[in-house]
Parts: sequence; C-alpha cells; structure tokens
Amino acid sequence: MTGGARMRARLRAAAVALVLLAPAGGALAVQPDEVLGDPVLEQRARALSKVIRCLVCQNESIDTSNADLARDLRILVRERLTAGDSDDQVLDYLVARYGEFVLLRPRMTPANYLLWFGPAVVLVLGGAGIALFLRRRQAASAPGDLNAEERARLARLLDEGPGSE
Amino acid sequence: MTMRRWLFLSPAVMFTVVAGYFFWGLNPERDPRAVPSALIDKPVPAFELPPLDGIDRPGLATADLTGGQVTLVNFFASWCIPCRAEHPLLMDLAEAGTLPVIGINYRDKPAAARRWLDQLGNPYGRIGADQGGRTAIDWGVSGVPETFVIDGSGRIRYQHIGPMSRWDLENKILPLVEELSR
Repeated sequence: MTGGARMRARLRAAAVALVLLAPAGGALAVQPDEVLGDPVLEQRARALSKVIRCLVCQNESIDTSNADLARDLRILVRERLTAGDSDDQVLDYLVARYGEFVLLRPRMTPANYLLWFGPAVVLVLGGAGIALFLRRRQAASAPGDLNAEERARLARLLDEGPGSE
Repeated sequence: MTMRRWLFLSPAVMFTVVAGYFFWGLNPERDPRAVPSALIDKPVPAFELPPLDGIDRPGLATADLTGGQVTLVNFFASWCIPCRAEHPLLMDLAEAGTLPVIGINYRDKPAAARRWLDQLGNPYGRIGADQGGRTAIDWGVSGVPETFVIDGSGRIRYQHIGPMSRWDLENKILPLVEELSR
C-alpha cells in the first residue's frame, strides 16, 4: 500500500466514524419519508408527536422513539392532520384507543386537577404554615410595652444622666 | 391544646401516608408498565383485514366478531418471542373447542408467518393480516402478543397485554368467557 492510499483509507475510516457518531448527537427518529410536504402541517405534526407517548418505550415520545409502533403513530398523526383534523381531534383519536396514558402532558380535566395543582397547593399550605410559625415566634420573643412603673424608672435614669448613680 | 397535639402528630401521619403509598408501589403483583385499557366495553373497531397469504383461513372483518358468539382475538407475529411462549395455550384452547380463536398477524412477512404456523400449529379459525399495523392501533394494541375477549354483541370485554400464562387463562379469561357465554 502506498502512502497516498493509506492516507485515503484513513480518511475514509474517519468519515465512516463521523457518520456513525452523528446520530448520537441529535437523535432523530423521524424518517425523511414520513415528513409532510406542507411545512405548517409538519410543524404541527412534530409538536403533537412530542406530547404523544410511545407505548412500547413508555417514557419516550413518538417523536424520538425508533419503535415500529412510534413510526406507525407518527404516520397516523400526519394522515389525520392532512385529512383536516385539529390537534385536539388527533389527540382524542389516540386517547379513545390507548387511554390518557398516551398523552405525555396530562389534560386539564377535573380528574387531573390534583396532578396539576397538587404541588401548588402543597406549596401554599407549607408556606402558610411557615409564615404562621414565624409570626408566632416573633410575637413570643418581642418585648411588650413598658408598664407605668418601668416607664417612670426609665425616665428617672435618663434624667439623672451618666455617672451620677 | 388539641390543635397543638394534632400538629405534633402531623409528621407521623404524613409518614404513614407516604409509607403506605410506597408499600403499595412495592407490591410484586403490580406491574408498573401495565397500561390501563381504554376500549373495555366498547364495540370492536371497524376494520377489514385480508387473509394471510398461503394459509387456508379466511380474513377478518368487524362483522365476523358480532355473530353472537364469544370469541378470542389474539394479535401475534412470527418475530415475537413471547407469542411463541403462549402459543401452546392457544393450541389447547382451539383443540378443546371452548371458543373460536381468531388471529391477527401483526407487522409480519407472510412467508415468516406461514413457517411459524407450520412449525407450531395453527390454532386460528380466521387470520387477518395486519401488515401495516394500522388495525392494531385501532384496537389500542401497543405490542404483541395481546389477547382480547369479544362478547356476542361484538364488544371488547377484556384486553390481555403481553403473553398469557396458564394462570391468566384459567383464572381470568376462561371464567369471563363462561360468564359471557351464559
């Protein structure tokens, strides 16, 4: 092997390595053949895909999952959008089949109020508890007003000035 | 004073609640990956599937499941290892003739599915070929195997996610089938 050929082989190996490493950076599960021609619809599809759970991998959205089912669901989302469905209609379609579990962002329904507002409620209750505690402690340690006798003594001491007692 | 006492007790109360939740979570019977079924008591979705190429069984459509008979619908694929594990149970069911066993072949190559059925036996009276996986989505299937019990009026009454064990069959599925057949 000549020096030039070796160099070329080395460059080719580097290129292969780069290609292999590239997906590790910004993993993209969406295949080129899935992408819609209409950029507005595609944008909506991508946004929806990010809040739909892949039921195979469970903690991944269908936007990032490489599972076959995720791919099927991505294509389905695009088909429904192309057919004129609103974003909510697409989500309803999936919820009717897979339940609310398919949504990565729980809906704002009464059943989910505890989920949405629970942390805020705990924060408010805890904050109120701490405020109450601090106020009580302050009230207990703050000196009360002087009574008449103490006031008279204080006045006397101030009148007499330093060094006279 | 009683208010005070309650305040002193509150950490113990909180601990009990949290510990109780953890205890519930640690129950070995509980499957944290289990997905609650959304289609229970809903009619079978509208679908129509062609037969599996080269297998002498008719295809499958919604109308085939509303004939007044309780049926078992099993999603399977030749590439699915757990399907292989539950296959003998389906063979037993078909042999006993307890109820019609119907298969939906999920995202499979017909040749591979044929080989699989030749090798392990074919328990299915009908087989629908769902090569695109779209019917599975309509059924709320998240993977194979999944097994459904359909009542006589064509409603989904039970969805079993994952492979059935003999225990599942004898304690969950067959009692339900018996109840629905009455």
